[in-house]
Amino acid sequence: MSRAVTAASREEKLIVAGHAFSSRLIIGTGKYRSYDEMRSAHQASGAEMVTVAVRRVPLDRSSESFLDYLNPSLQILPNTAGCYNAEDAIRTARLAREALQTDLVKLEVIGDQTTLFPDNEQTLEAARVLVKEGFVVLPYFSDDLIMAKKLLDAGCAAVMPLAAPIGSGLGVQNPANLRIMREQLPDATIIVDAGVGTASDAAIAMELGADGVLMNTAIAEAQDPVRMAMAMKLAIEAGRLAYLAGRMPKRLYASASSPLTGVIK
Amino acid sequence: MKVYVNGESRDLSGEFSLAELITQLELAATRIAVELNREVVRRNDWSGTMLHENDRVEIVHFVGGGAA
Repeated sequence: MSRAVTAASREEKLIVAGHAFSSRLIIGTGKYRSYDEMRSAHQASGAEMVTVAVRRVPLDRSSESFLDYLNPSLQILPNTAGCYNAEDAIRTARLAREALQTDLVKLEVIGDQTTLFPDNEQTLEAARVLVKEGFVVLPYFSDDLIMAKKLLDAGCAAVMPLAAPIGSGLGVQNPANLRIMREQLPDATIIVDAGVGTASDAAIAMELGADGVLMNTAIAEAQDPVRMAMAMKLAIEAGRLAYLAGRMPKRLYASASSPLTGVIK
Repeated sequence: MKVYVNGESRDLSGEFSLAELITQLELAATRIAVELNREVVRRNDWSGTMLHENDRVEIVHFVGGGAA
C-alpha cells in the first residue's frame, strides 16, 4: 500500500501548460547574499523552475548577465515584479518573451507599496491581453475564489494566490480560502505564491491541496539558505504526500488506538 | 539628435539605428530586449530600425527577484 502511494506520487508531476516538473517548488532569485549561495540553494531545493525580474540595463557600467549564474537546466519564469498597472505589466511580459523566447510569465500587478498586495482588477485586465497574445500566464493574486475563477476563465494556465504579504514570512494566513479554492476548482493548477516563512508553512500549503509553492525570501533570508532550501524541498514533498494520503478527521476528544479490552487487572 | 535611453537623454550625431545604439552602449546583445516608443523591436529588426528625434528607447535585462 505505502509502496503504491510512493510510486504514484513519484509519477505525479506539476503540469503547467504542458510543461511537466518533478519538483513542486518554484523559487526566486532575489535577496541572496551572493550568486554562489543562490546557486547552491537552488540546487539543494530541487526546484526546476526559477523566477527572474526584468529591469533596465544600467548604461553607466558594464553589467554581467545575471542569467549566467543560473544553472542552465532550470526553466526560467520571468515575472512582471515592480509593475503597478496592467500596461506596464504587459510591456514587461512582452520584453521578457523577446529576450528569453519563453511564453511563460508570472504576472504581477502590485496595488500598494506598503502591503505589495496585488491589484486584482489590473491583473485580470493584463491577463486577458497576454493570454490572447499566446502567453502562458501565471498570475499572482489575492487568495479569493471568485478572482481565481475569473483568471482561469480568462485563460490563465494556473493561479497563484498569496499565502501572506510578499516577503512577510507569515505563512498561510487564510487556510480556509485555499481549501475552498482547491475544493471548488479541482482541475485548476494552484500554486501558492508569497508569504511562506519556513518549512511548516510550505507543508501546510501543500496539505491544503496546492499543486506547488513559489517562494523567495524564506530561503534567501534564512540564516543558512542551503539548509532551508533542503527543508523546503522535504516540506513540499511531505505536504503533498499528506494531501494525497488524506488526513484523519479532527476530533475534540481522545480516541484510543489500542484495544479497549484485554487490559490486565 | 536627442533620444531617451532608459529615461536618460543622449545626443546622437547623424543617422543611428537601434543596432548601432546598442553597439555604442557596449551592451552584450544576448538576453536583452528593446522597446522603441513602448513597442518591442525584435532582435532581427534592430539594424533596420532608425532612430528619430525624441524617440524613447528602453533596454532591459534580467535581475534576481522573486516578487514585487
